[in-house]
Amino acid sequence: MVKVLKSGFFTSIQDNGRFGYRNKGVPISGAMDKKALDKANLLLENPHNAAVLEITMTGPTLLFENRTFICLTGAELSATLNNEPITNYMVHEVKKGDILSYGRLESGFRGYLAVKGGFKTEVVLGSSSQYLPLTPAKCIAEFEELVFEEAANFKPKITALKIDSYFHERELKVRKGPEYGMLSDEQLKLLFSKEFTVAKENNRMAYQLNEFLPKHTHNILTSATLAGTVQVTPAGKLIILMKDGQTTGGYPRVLQLNEEAICVLAQKREGDGVSFKLI
Amino acid sequence: MEWPAAVNEKILEDILQFNRLLQMEFDASWEVVPAYNSLTLINNVDSIEFQKVENTLARLYAELDYGAKADRFLWTLPVCYDLEFGIDAEDVAAKLNISLNELVERHSSYEYTVFGIGFLPGFMYLGGLPKNLEINRKATPRLKVGKGAVGLAGKQTGIYPQDSPGGWNIIGNCPIPMFNVKAKKPCFVSVGDKIKFKPISKAEHQLYKIEGEVGIYEPEKIPLNG
Repeated sequence: MVKVLKSGFFTSIQDNGRFGYRNKGVPISGAMDKKALDKANLLLENPHNAAVLEITMTGPTLLFENRTFICLTGAELSATLNNEPITNYMVHEVKKGDILSYGRLESGFRGYLAVKGGFKTEVVLGSSSQYLPLTPAKCIAEFEELVFEEAANFKPKITALKIDSYFHERELKVRKGPEYGMLSDEQLKLLFSKEFTVAKENNRMAYQLNEFLPKHTHNILTSATLAGTVQVTPAGKLIILMKDGQTTGGYPRVLQLNEEAICVLAQKREGDGVSFKLI
Repeated sequence: MEWPAAVNEKILEDILQFNRLLQMEFDASWEVVPAYNSLTLINNVDSIEFQKVENTLARLYAELDYGAKADRFLWTLPVCYDLEFGIDAEDVAAKLNISLNELVERHSSYEYTVFGIGFLPGFMYLGGLPKNLEINRKATPRLKVGKGAVGLAGKQTGIYPQDSPGGWNIIGNCPIPMFNVKAKKPCFVSVGDKIKFKPISKAEHQLYKIEGEVGIYEPEKIPLNG
């Protein structure tokens, strides 16, 4: 078990996501940066859908009440184990009474903490991913206890992976969305030549961008949207839906980020620059 | 896949019949989302060969049997139009120049078609609102509209499935959860179904709310294509 001494800015349990209920309006949820999730679970030789903690900007302080092995991936959040710095993308042994805490955000925006075997929190409709109101809370809270199974012995096949470098990547790889054809020449030119910045409205549901495209008057009948769908509002605002994003929308869907680009964007915070590149 | 851009029962029926066929041909790695004039196929597991899938879809569409119809239901949902819940009802009735009774009578006498489910878990996009119930959304959205609130806005009526900000005019409350993770079917309504509202008293609202929360309330349903 892990006791949450401090919850951090926004720390939630996430796995691969919740599938099979999009036609009822349920977002897929799951880790925003799937690459980081996968690497943490890979190093610990966990099932690929094991639940981890997704840590946003400011990390929690956690007291381990059982032995286990942990792995941190994603953003560099200057983590320490009993006040000793520990390295991301590496397996660390943790003993009863150890305290994991986080410091300064050095790169990226979302870090991941996996434990051997994964967190055994409540599974709702096939997923542990926290999403209100399907799960009772949207994130973890102070003094909450998160269950995992004690792991006394584990010899990892791989003890460390190269630290990912895409946190500094600015280019988002995109494909044409269903309403790509609605973009005017002027909008297209701007879309692919300009650098955009992440607005303060950025969260697990969507990332808005600060810079506007020229206005438009196109409306579409409400249709399905995906994580990574780029919508343009009539005012010209660009909204990129993320993992907790709504499953349908009525704005033109002009671009679609691939999973890799979603990972890149998930590591961006307010003010960071991004550009679009068609693949 | 897209059909002509129109809010149209015939198009919806075509989409639903095609969806029924897809459910038999496509395995569980696929999710299919119908809405208004589109059917979106999403594969959660594999990367796909687009051309192969496209060919399969074209073949299936050509084989579509218009005799075999998709299961569709008419659901009757209870709504308490008491002013305790219908916080904008007086304002709406005044703007439409009708009495409160007429407002309730009108709203509960039509059948609305579910053209889509999205925005929030269990939120239904309902079509078929009569012209004489069309009213602009509120100039300033409320920061919180309660779960179950029944609203009017433009050409739409609907139920807020959870507490959320919203700009619709609220005329009542439906005590039955539109999405309940504890129920065997978390969302009993499907795209293509129809909804009719039945006025209930405050006492009934209280009772159905408890029944709904524990999952024993059975909404009335009538098969449409049977």
